[in-house]
Amino acid sequence: MPERVSRPRAVPYVFLAPAIVLFVLFMAVPIGYTAYLSVRRTKVSGLGLGRGARKEIFAGLDNYAAAIGDGELWAGWLRVIGYGALVLAVMLGFALLFALMLDTKHVHLARFTRISIFLPYAVPGVAATLMWGFLYLPSLSPFGDRPFLSAGAVTFSMANVAVWGGTGFNMLVLYTTLRAVPRDYYEAARIDGAGELQIALKIKIPMLIPAIILTGVFSVIATIQVFTEPTTLRPLTNTISSTWSPLMKIYRDAFVTGDLYSAAATSMVIAAISLVLSFGFLRVVKNRAFGET
Amino acid sequence: MTAVTTLTRPEGHARAATRRPFGIAPTAVLVLGAIYTLFPVGWVVVAATKSKAELFSTPTFAPGTGLLSNLTDLFAYRDGVFWLWLLNTVVYAGGGAVLSTAVSTISGYTLAKYAFPGRDLIFNLLIGGILVPSVVLAIPQYLLFSEIGLADTYWAVLLPQILHPYGIYLARIYTQAAIPGSLLEAGRLDGAGEWRLFRQVALPMLTPGMVTIFLFQFVAIWNNFLLPFIMLGDDHKFPLTVGLYTLLAAGANQPSLYNLIITGTMLSLVPLIALFLTMQRYWRTDLSGGAVKS
Repeated sequence: MPERVSRPRAVPYVFLAPAIVLFVLFMAVPIGYTAYLSVRRTKVSGLGLGRGARKEIFAGLDNYAAAIGDGELWAGWLRVIGYGALVLAVMLGFALLFALMLDTKHVHLARFTRISIFLPYAVPGVAATLMWGFLYLPSLSPFGDRPFLSAGAVTFSMANVAVWGGTGFNMLVLYTTLRAVPRDYYEAARIDGAGELQIALKIKIPMLIPAIILTGVFSVIATIQVFTEPTTLRPLTNTISSTWSPLMKIYRDAFVTGDLYSAAATSMVIAAISLVLSFGFLRVVKNRAFGET
Repeated sequence: MTAVTTLTRPEGHARAATRRPFGIAPTAVLVLGAIYTLFPVGWVVVAATKSKAELFSTPTFAPGTGLLSNLTDLFAYRDGVFWLWLLNTVVYAGGGAVLSTAVSTISGYTLAKYAFPGRDLIFNLLIGGILVPSVVLAIPQYLLFSEIGLADTYWAVLLPQILHPYGIYLARIYTQAAIPGSLLEAGRLDGAGEWRLFRQVALPMLTPGMVTIFLFQFVAIWNNFLLPFIMLGDDHKFPLTVGLYTLLAAGANQPSLYNLIITGTMLSLVPLIALFLTMQRYWRTDLSGGAVKS
């Protein structure tokens, strides 16, 4: 770093330079490149043989039209919405329940149970799916011959892996928020005759609403992009297609069938959906955290 | 606090609620939760001790006698490629998390403590990265890395994971909570340069927060599957997640390989769980406020 860098005006930009360079190289350029690819396509002339027979040309919104008209992609969206709704409801429900239970008086084994329930956070999604995947196999399952990986059950079995992996982190976020509430509020409520259940319902849960929204939006973004779990489970069952989730279809388009352009268009659609969902959350949370410096 | 004011009117039946209406129930709920989370981990640890025959015949939680031979088999698999996967993962997660923590800390500190034109724009852009689906980035990143001949190298996995929006967000919150502006002003009056202020005044106060950022990013990279899965073709550069996946893809139809996969899964958990348990006090998740206690 040069000697006379301590001119206050330039300093913040110098300090931010590494982050800005990384942002441009690994976010802005790839996003721009995806947007570019999404409006291109290959034009094949003649038999498509030899140099110059395949040209990349401007395609307008054709790839988007194809993505929106693609029945398999819609089916993927429907599967992921069903899966995501299930994961979100169960995972956040359990996370809230556990956080409230941890925050009650006279709870035993609080430390042990808190650490245990948070533990799956440290387990890679691939490892979690492998463990549950083997537990689902009739030849190994302690639950007998139940068809966990049949067409009807596989969504629930996959949701179980996500709930198992995600509940602890969300529980800890909610619990940390609860710990920051001054205890006086509860004392005041007790003096007014409120029971623990009323305190939970009328003070704690309203206090947790912003944190629940925050964890909810992060979970929605994660479930829209589900890829690791179905991909890892696929070798163990034939009920998960290579296009089970939209992300898996993008991967297949890009790397198996080699249609980068439609993969790019589908990527942009997923990005747009994530952004729309996230903006609501930013509006709710942003000013709360950074209202002042 | 509207919630409190509504409670200032006690309802008649509220008195009936005792101070401990749930008794043992909260503990019971939490213990059930812990059993559910520990169940598959316990299973994989026990299953890794079983020999090929025992895996399919003995009761689920009966320890077996095959741990040593399972380990020997795993380490002999394709000339010990499993060791390489473990080592690669340590390189990706360790190197990436160190770089990521450095970039996050100085960025969060700058965004918290300097007022300058474009601050909000830069912050929103950097944080907005959290919302960009990983695949939107991973595929063009792969193509761009291919262009410059860096696809299928360590760099292709390491570099894209340095910028960590959540780490910058945390660093900004920690700086706001931990470093009073007056302290920096006093340093400036004493003639300290801005870099020295950051190194000698801010960094020591930010160290606990930096450990937290390091841990989050370490776990995120360790657990990442999509990026290395897309970037890498040579299995000597795989991290554990991709390695285990290929092991499963190769062995799913051969129950004789299950021992190998199960033992590999078990071993992949050990380093992270050890880190997780020893670093307990740094796992803070104050996402929405500056409630940092050190």
